[in-house]
Amino acid sequence: MDLQRLTRHGENEWMIEPQGTMRVPGVLYATESLIRDMDDKVYEQVVNVATLPGIVRASYAMPDAHWGYGFPIGGVAAFNPDKGGVISAGGVGFDISCGVRLLRTGLTTEEVQPIKEQLADALFHHVPAGVGSTGRLRLNRDEMDAMLSGGAKWAISKGYGLREDLALIEEGGCMGGAEPSCVSDQAKKRQQDEMGTLGSGNHYLEVQRVAKIFDESIGAAFGLREGDVVVSIHCGSRGLGHQIGTEFLKRMAVSASRHQIALPDRELACAPINSEEGQEYLGAMRAAINCALANRQIITHLVREVFEKLLPQASLTLLYDVSHNTCKVETHEIDGKPARLFVHRKGATRAFGPGHPDLPPSLRAVGQPVLIGGTMGTASYVLVGTTKGMALAYGSACHGAGRSMSRHHATRRWQGREVIKELASRGIVIRSPSMRGVAEEAPGAYKDVSEVVDAADEAGLAKKVARLEPLVCIKG
Amino acid sequence: MNHPTTHVSQTETPQGRWEHFPHQADMGVKGIGPTKEAAFEQAALALTGAITNPESVRPVKAVSITCDAPDDELLLVDWLNALVYEMATRNMLFGRFAVQIYDHRLQATAWGEPVDVARHQPAVEVKGATYTALSVKEEPPGCWTAQCVVDV
Repeated sequence: MDLQRLTRHGENEWMIEPQGTMRVPGVLYATESLIRDMDDKVYEQVVNVATLPGIVRASYAMPDAHWGYGFPIGGVAAFNPDKGGVISAGGVGFDISCGVRLLRTGLTTEEVQPIKEQLADALFHHVPAGVGSTGRLRLNRDEMDAMLSGGAKWAISKGYGLREDLALIEEGGCMGGAEPSCVSDQAKKRQQDEMGTLGSGNHYLEVQRVAKIFDESIGAAFGLREGDVVVSIHCGSRGLGHQIGTEFLKRMAVSASRHQIALPDRELACAPINSEEGQEYLGAMRAAINCALANRQIITHLVREVFEKLLPQASLTLLYDVSHNTCKVETHEIDGKPARLFVHRKGATRAFGPGHPDLPPSLRAVGQPVLIGGTMGTASYVLVGTTKGMALAYGSACHGAGRSMSRHHATRRWQGREVIKELASRGIVIRSPSMRGVAEEAPGAYKDVSEVVDAADEAGLAKKVARLEPLVCIKG
Repeated sequence: MNHPTTHVSQTETPQGRWEHFPHQADMGVKGIGPTKEAAFEQAALALTGAITNPESVRPVKAVSITCDAPDDELLLVDWLNALVYEMATRNMLFGRFAVQIYDHRLQATAWGEPVDVARHQPAVEVKGATYTALSVKEEPPGCWTAQCVVDV
């Protein structure tokens, strides 16, 4: 991206001044080198989002922003329903409520190292991953609707997990306002065999070691110490979310002109929040959020079963579960007054600061854990939401490294088997049904996650707490 | 950064050819052929190519697909999304396609087989076809291209 087109407002804050039909400025949080490497498409997409009706304050891009669909991936934008604000299917994306859940194990690296291979085999065998994999659960119509209304709470009522897990999931594990009747039969059909499956692409299940603690007191509050072993689960709402995204994208693209919305890009498809399309999308999207929460809950249960068998001394407890593709109703201070806004985070993690009423009592004093997924060869990070971050981009931070190389370029450069061998030499065990999938996800195809996280930390979006390095990675 | 490389189909026939074009996070699929129908068939092969080698898919079972849309571009997205849906719900891959288009109504048959993880080594699931880099055009006359980015 050409720096000349931006106004620098701080070490890691860049502005696109309003021009043309932009209603608000664009604001990008990143280091100079990350900005230089960003595609020009990110600039274009940040500008396009800024033209949408009812947008409040600014169209934001996180440090890992890259070329998405309509919205950049790493885009954050809030809309006011009382000022003609819109909700956008493109602003949430296909993988509704894709997110990361982090589990502590109570184990140390020394306990896990000797049986790493066995653990990898058992997790790979027990947690369905990859194209065409199905879960053990097949939902009938009534159960499907109960799942879509109940989320992780429904999963726990079916025996998948512990009641105390719920407080440590966004929305207490159950997104209110979900309307299973707004979810098409096709979307439900796509999901009926997919509960408790990891999916493919960049989704993973990792056993990780806490390699470094940056903030001792918050690390302690999160129950993390160097040398501890944790488990990360990265996946979303599976086929159901993809189908809802597909259907509403078309519906909103077609209805936009009826609502007098000029779309600079069809992929920005949106509808007024207070329209029929807007309300039905909200009901369906919230049902998809519950689907993702239930899915990660079932996978958590499967992971617990594996640990119970192989490492019975383990106790898997949730640190937190946070999504990075959502639209949520939140109250934020605008011009000194609280305003009820529809906050879209597309490839951006919610990062609420200390004291936020939506945080569970055990985390309220320190702030929300912000879980950033890395690649299978580098690292993931735990950050914490800050008071400053609440004022910057509605309490949002980056969500991952972001690709730096396209998938087919990666497959030309690497072979899956070589990637696995190289990672094995560094003590990282990979299991995947697809060698091509591994090549496409090679660590070298991603940006440096540490640089992205440092930029988020330095910009004040969230504060670094811990660095996690993979021991075992199950790739879909 | 995007790299200006393309993954060209392994077989080029009189019916056309397919390519992948780069998108930072995902993948572009492009079908090229002498008719709109041929370009749509080739785009479907490119879609399969995002998951596995289309030539590894045996035409064991036929599935009928129909869709309609207000214009050619939305029809292409609908066509690819219909295939994504059939792949997901039938747990199948498709390697051969026959498309007919009347106005903006598409009727097609897709031939394929159930996913065999060991043989097909499926790399990714396609979540859906998008409106990004979406175009259907005849340029020059007698050369149709149909393309868009798919989310994987």
